[in-house]
Amino acid sequence: MDVQRADNYELHRREVAKTLLADRDDDFLVVTGLGSPNWDATAAGDHPLTFPLWGAMGGAATMGLGLATAQPKKRVMVMTGDGEMLMAMGSFATIATQATENLAIVVFDNERYGETGMQATHTAGPVDMAAVAKACGFPVTATVKTEAELTEALPLIKEAKGPVFVDIKVKAEPLPFILPTKDGVHLKNRFREKLLGPDSLL
Amino acid sequence: MTENYSWAPDIYDVLKDLDVRQVAYVPDAGHARLLKMCEADNAMRCIPLTTEEEGISLCSGAWLGGERAVMLLQSSGVGNCINMLSLANTCRFPLLMLVTMRAQWREFNPWQKPMGEGTRPALEAMGVKVTQAEEPDEVGETVRSAGEMAYGWPDMAAVLLHQKLMPVKTFGK
Repeated sequence: MDVQRADNYELHRREVAKTLLADRDDDFLVVTGLGSPNWDATAAGDHPLTFPLWGAMGGAATMGLGLATAQPKKRVMVMTGDGEMLMAMGSFATIATQATENLAIVVFDNERYGETGMQATHTAGPVDMAAVAKACGFPVTATVKTEAELTEALPLIKEAKGPVFVDIKVKAEPLPFILPTKDGVHLKNRFREKLLGPDSLL
Repeated sequence: MTENYSWAPDIYDVLKDLDVRQVAYVPDAGHARLLKMCEADNAMRCIPLTTEEEGISLCSGAWLGGERAVMLLQSSGVGNCINMLSLANTCRFPLLMLVTMRAQWREFNPWQKPMGEGTRPALEAMGVKVTQAEEPDEVGETVRSAGEMAYGWPDMAAVLLHQKLMPVKTFGK
């Protein structure tokens, strides 16, 4: 374990979220994992086609799989944290087996459990998440540590034939909470109304 | 007849009537015939899971995208879903779980007892509406009622398929 390493990473998660979510259109659907990725997405701008999880730890990636399977013509990006993804390593196998071309999983990897006291996660140790995804059969994987690498990864996340997995190493830093509504029924209905039209709520 | 799972085509017909498009599963012998029918259907996507927990979030994502999903699992797998049921509960995502039961009837393996006996109370503790089918001719309509509730309200529903509906598993003894 190197518990100090992430203190010095170059990329700031709030800036990365802004970059990933900039210039989005209604063909871009987003699921965020609980905790910091939820606040990061909200800080970048709340959007009806973002479904921010407030719980369900370990569920973000497979929620993205169900959504991407239902909407093969849209791009689906799951934006989650290293702790959340570690709880769902099996879903790499499930997703790769489905070979879901329109799905990208992006982990904001600060090597910490950010909501509980910044304890080190397994990625502060020997675990290489992109290598796990690759070994499970993801055709496109990358680890990003610099601005230049982020610029290179952006078209992979947005357009490459997936499933795509990108692990973005981000600085471990305390940040203010920027919260979306926590009303899950509202989050669900606004997403469906925007995507499927008002009749979907009848 | 339990040997040929005569009720499996009834479930398949109901899933077609309900326009179910995603079939998430961790395999069980009790679901094998149904699964074969679903796999042969180009309008259904069968999705094997590494653990049943994945299926709860998968079904929620499917609904978010406008498709109906179902989960096929064994009673032991219900235990793997517990916290993830919070997602369907809090957001009122529809959830239809078809659960083949163990530890109810001529069970050979005592290791099935804790979760077999815990299946119904665990599901009910998380807010899932539970019904059980014991006779082959009531399986289809029990699933229909649960499915109409799940997708129509929407809400979480589990149908327990009694162990009497399956052949006795004796591990070669």
